[in-house]
Amino acid sequence: MYFSKELLDSCSSLRKKWEDEVRRVVEKHGERDKRFTTVSDHPIKRTYDPLDIQDTDFQNDMGYPGVYPYTRGIHSTGYRGRLWTYRMFSGMGTARDTNQRWQMLLEQGQTGLSTAFDFPTLMGYDTDDPHAAGECGRCGVAVDTLEDFRILLKDIPLDQVTTSMTINPPASVTWAMYCACAQEQGVPLEKIGGTIQNDMLKEFIAQKTFMLPPEPSIKLISDTVEFGAKHVPKWNTISISGYHIREAGSTAVQELAFTLRDGMAYVEDVMERKGMHPDEFAPRLSFFFNSHIDFFEEIAKMRAARRIWAKVMRERYGAEDPRSWWLRFHTQTAGCSLTAQQPYNNVVRTATEALAAVLGGTQSLHTNSLDEVYCLPTDHSVQIALRTQQIIGEETGVDNTVDPLGGSYFVEKLTNEMEEAAWEYMEKIDEMGGMLAAIDRGYPQMEIADASFTYQQQIESGEKTLVGVNKYVTEETEECPLLDIDEEVERSQLERLEQVRKNREERSVKKSLEELRSACRKGDNVMPHCIEAVRNLATEQEICDVYREVYGEYRDPGLF
Amino acid sequence: MAERNLRVMVAKPGLDGHDRGARVLARSFRDAGYEVIYTGCHQTPEQIVEAALQEDVDLIGLSCLSGAHKHLFPRVVRLLEERDAGDIPVIGGGIIPDKDISYLYEQGIREVFTPGTHLQTILDWIENNVASREAL
Repeated sequence: MYFSKELLDSCSSLRKKWEDEVRRVVEKHGERDKRFTTVSDHPIKRTYDPLDIQDTDFQNDMGYPGVYPYTRGIHSTGYRGRLWTYRMFSGMGTARDTNQRWQMLLEQGQTGLSTAFDFPTLMGYDTDDPHAAGECGRCGVAVDTLEDFRILLKDIPLDQVTTSMTINPPASVTWAMYCACAQEQGVPLEKIGGTIQNDMLKEFIAQKTFMLPPEPSIKLISDTVEFGAKHVPKWNTISISGYHIREAGSTAVQELAFTLRDGMAYVEDVMERKGMHPDEFAPRLSFFFNSHIDFFEEIAKMRAARRIWAKVMRERYGAEDPRSWWLRFHTQTAGCSLTAQQPYNNVVRTATEALAAVLGGTQSLHTNSLDEVYCLPTDHSVQIALRTQQIIGEETGVDNTVDPLGGSYFVEKLTNEMEEAAWEYMEKIDEMGGMLAAIDRGYPQMEIADASFTYQQQIESGEKTLVGVNKYVTEETEECPLLDIDEEVERSQLERLEQVRKNREERSVKKSLEELRSACRKGDNVMPHCIEAVRNLATEQEICDVYREVYGEYRDPGLF
Repeated sequence: MAERNLRVMVAKPGLDGHDRGARVLARSFRDAGYEVIYTGCHQTPEQIVEAALQEDVDLIGLSCLSGAHKHLFPRVVRLLEERDAGDIPVIGGGIIPDKDISYLYEQGIREVFTPGTHLQTILDWIENNVASREAL
């Protein structure tokens, strides 16, 4: 029990008096709204007091930072030991363009890299495939072969900088390219650090970057987890992502529940398929959450996430290493909260969301640039976004103490409510037979579609405010300079790909692809074969086509 | 014979998976009484046109948020023309910079809706501009 009986008794009588006063004021003056809710439509009470958290146990539910169940953070010294990593997601045009942007960001004090690939790369198509027409370099950097990767990582010290790569169906291929580059730089695989997103379940649920059906998708993921555990011990082989679930329109609770349940599905698959104990791989599982505009809801979500994951790993899967209980996560401020109207307002939204992520205890953070609502950001807008993190981290003092909101009646209560609601979802998914079965039924997809439709109606009716869109609208348009990816990018990428195809040794390409095919058929781990194939300059699509051939392709069922 | 309900196709050309807007629209169209055909993500212009003809739709709404709209939207219009179906109106939406909109009009896209557009605005446009092809 958190509070003594005496305190709760006195609180009860004080509360009654206060409620009488409230009734009087509300009768006379009313309130701004009938219902006060979060952006996810979660109801919020007028105020919170000890009675709201009387069943919360200090030791078992809150405790201290760095102590199970880690509600207050995974590190005992929080940001006093080390700030979160400033990690700006970036990538555009050709590998050379992106390498230049990265060099700029590192000079400006960024501490980790994060790669955005273009859509053909994300979907396992080469730039010269018909599916890729018009898309090259637009939403990220185009990568077809190891040759592109060498340019991308030129003069980046891979033993010092960690790199995150947002890529899913072809994750094994791009990771293989990164590994091959590190070896070429003379950096052994045990020394490199970074993350591949490699989370296919949320693709079926939300982001829709898919290639293979769910079952073989999970198989490839377990291959990377196993390979990482054995050969690349500092690499996070999955970034279990709620970000895209939220962007697709979910509520905070849905993001929390579906993400953690996805994580559980990966743990179960590696345990079953690879016969590994959770402590052999769980410490390298990482998470990725969205930080939306509703400040306290986000903080509560992140605190609840840590508590749930710790319990799940210890109690459900029997992990014994505390690092297996830790939920380490990256955060990105909510792209979907930004508005094309009055784009400079986006700086304020992003700052608020970034502050929530910090108070929620994130390990690394991307802050969106004001113009990202239109396209890839300009150098100047990226710098403002990076400075936003630096101001929060190094001026405001919010990181002087660990979990400053711990013990707030409201935040603790909201954390409890998030956890309870997430368990309800996760139990429902268990009853359906697990996450794959639930996805097959379209369950999470339709829950999100319902939530996003409800939100859109609330915006349409004005029940929820979106400044510059449904309130405080201005007639004159406010323009900001935009980054243009010119057509030259596609042409030069096509040229380089053609050169690589011409100059490589076809026989070794064929041989390594054949070995990969045979590994896929036998169910062996694909990673060593992937690395061999990329070294021989097999293209990303050539490798993905082997996967497609052996495992088949997944098509969007088009639920709405 | 009573005029049939409008048949509206919501399509996602290109490789991006940003389907939140497309799906909200599909649902709004259904609620407005239209018959809705939603293609799902990752459709080539060829696949979209093939499906539109098979389904005999009265309108195609394209959604693209990857920046490839200048390539993909006109391609759908061209393919419709090649199949003698240039009378099916094509509208588009997504992250379309202002400077690209007039180009899309020139290429035969009938209307372009950008972020923040009210659902009702789109529904009104359809009511005023699209007729059932069967009734023609």
